Amino acid sequence: MDMKKILTAAVVALGHSTQVACAAGGAGEVKDVDFSFDGPLGTYDQMQLQRGLQVYTEVCSGCHGLRQVAFRTLTDLGYSPDQVKTYASRIEIWDPELLDGEGDFRPAAPADHFPAVTSAGAPDLSMMAKARAGFHGPYGLGLNQLWYGMGGPEYIVALLDGYTGEEKEEAGVILYENKAFPGGWISMSPVLYGDDVEFADGHATDVYNLSRDVAAFLMWAAEPKLPQRKQFGLVGVGMLTILSILLYLTNKKLWKPIKYRGGRTVRPAE
Amino acid sequence: MAGIPHDRYEPRTKSEKWLHRRLPVIGLLYDTLMIPTPKNLNWMWIWGIILTFCLALQIITGVVLVMHYTPHVDHAFDSVEHIMRNVNGGWAMRYLHMNGASLFFVAVYMHIFRGLYYGSYKEPREVTWIIGMLIYLLMMGTAFMGYVLPWGQMSFWGATVITGLFGAIPGIGEVLQTWLLGGPAVDNYTLNRFFSLHYLLPFVIVGLVAVHIWAFHTTGNNNPTGVEVRRASKAEAQKDTVPFWPYYVIKDLFALAVILAVFVAIVGFMPNYLGHPDNYIEANPLATPAHIVPEWYFLPFYAVLRAITFDILFLDAKFLGVLAMFGAIAVMAIAPWLDTSSVRSGKYRPMFKVFFWLLVLDFLILTWAGSQPAEGIVPLVSLLGTIYWFAYFLIVLPLLGVIEKPLPQPETIEDDFDAHYPPDMKTDGTRSVGDAQATPAE
Repeated sequence: MDMKKILTAAVVALGHSTQVACAAGGAGEVKDVDFSFDGPLGTYDQMQLQRGLQVYTEVCSGCHGLRQVAFRTLTDLGYSPDQVKTYASRIEIWDPELLDGEGDFRPAAPADHFPAVTSAGAPDLSMMAKARAGFHGPYGLGLNQLWYGMGGPEYIVALLDGYTGEEKEEAGVILYENKAFPGGWISMSPVLYGDDVEFADGHATDVYNLSRDVAAFLMWAAEPKLPQRKQFGLVGVGMLTILSILLYLTNKKLWKPIKYRGGRTVRPAE
Repeated sequence: MAGIPHDRYEPRTKSEKWLHRRLPVIGLLYDTLMIPTPKNLNWMWIWGIILTFCLALQIITGVVLVMHYTPHVDHAFDSVEHIMRNVNGGWAMRYLHMNGASLFFVAVYMHIFRGLYYGSYKEPREVTWIIGMLIYLLMMGTAFMGYVLPWGQMSFWGATVITGLFGAIPGIGEVLQTWLLGGPAVDNYTLNRFFSLHYLLPFVIVGLVAVHIWAFHTTGNNNPTGVEVRRASKAEAQKDTVPFWPYYVIKDLFALAVILAVFVAIVGFMPNYLGHPDNYIEANPLATPAHIVPEWYFLPFYAVLRAITFDILFLDAKFLGVLAMFGAIAVMAIAPWLDTSSVRSGKYRPMFKVFFWLLVLDFLILTWAGSQPAEGIVPLVSLLGTIYWFAYFLIVLPLLGVIEKPLPQPETIEDDFDAHYPPDMKTDGTRSVGDAQATPAE
């Protein structure tokens, strides 16, 4: 690790940063998208997640890995263990223990994770829906996120659906203009053109709908426990509200002889 | 314990007497729980209990998290994801711990500003105040090191920037920084020592909290009037106080339940709102995030750190920023000796009130400034905010005691209480008819 480089970067970030306020995901144009998992009562739409998995499998997985996600958790999407087994077995993963430690490829089992795909230098998508955000306003206060959510999946939709069609070459790399990407130019080429996949349930396959389905799937990939978490929130808030009311009444009754003496002189309880 | 006269614990049963002769632990608990507490405390006196709860919550969730976490640069990020995905209830433990830190800091800032407004730092509670400031410093250290453990991008770069501050100290800086990090840059050895200290410091805080409570149980609580409890006799003290159990225990538990309802809503519905998306990207020493920001509770002091953008004599801007940041906390710690007013509570200090609320506003503005990139108007706002912060403690507090004309204070806590709840007031708020007793006007 280059010590000097890091320190220089730190100093730059510390006092003399002239960069725009766009940590990963933020500066671009991100619009709100209605998702089934929005709001305290929201939860995943299994059919949408299945469509999203299909888009990931047929389009994204060529360049992007999903290394934090285990195949066995695909039962969350409504698949049976047998279906999961079949899905996994179609994917080859590297097993370093095969051939007496030399390593070899083998079909994946449900206990395995999706492979990490690094060949194209593209980021892993396991956490993408939480590692990006939108709705940073007003004035960078982030209050919009209270209403619209963090904006991770919305950012993914905006990015996939945000290509203008413009291209330019910079230092031998082709960059594509994108309305959502911070800085406006991204090295990922447009991947969705509409009708890229065919859904068994006959759902629309235009770019926006495909983006929305894969964004929902990636939200599940990043936060598989979201339904349990929201239930925890609902039950917790409900129980604590009841407890608050009971404690409020207890407290009121307890203090009554201290506060309202009606002419009597009352000593505090010993 | 010294302090306000009250009934002491008397062992009654045979076994209690047996234990009491050998270890008076029940007596200690009894005296702690039954301590006479001013009966006019308002809702700003609930934060102590909230803070105690937070400390327990963080330790309990933390101990469980440690059972599944791996402090190694190659595994830390993945082990947190393992907790989030595979450990039973792991996601709840992790989100409670992560947001528990925020609740902890909300409560500590409320607690500190309450102390500043009602003059809780003043004689004879200076030691309570100083210990409180030490706890606050340790909390910041613990929170900072805890944020490094998930080994995300902000973990890594936050650690790089903050430890870089120590490098700015002339002469010993570089050596000190290397010693803190365990090597030339943030790496596995840094993660390991931060993990060790993140586990150790909370228990040091527990010890200091015990001393903090011991100290104010010796002096007695402050209260909104700042007038001391009468303690010439037990009968007199009883007119000003109620025992902590059950009166304040129930009141505090009610407040705790309300605050926890909000807390659980945040954990359940928007657990990442207060965090930073970049920390879901694994640390990468070769890719600097566009905008490095600390957690929200450090932002005001981060703004102070960045406020100084010019060198003074042989001292460079970065070192001056470090001095200003630590100085901003130091001036708060020595407030007991800077405030010259003989009146304790801000309630009876008309000029003080204005400057106090400006300080609160200043704190909020600095929080905002700390969250923004240092460009445009932000450095100027930070500098002005920093100047006011120091001026409040170093100029306003000493000066006001001399020039301000305070309002009359109530003679006793009982008088203040009776002004709110006249002795002849009945439950429905009406007064007993024909009772000639005059009620003191507020």
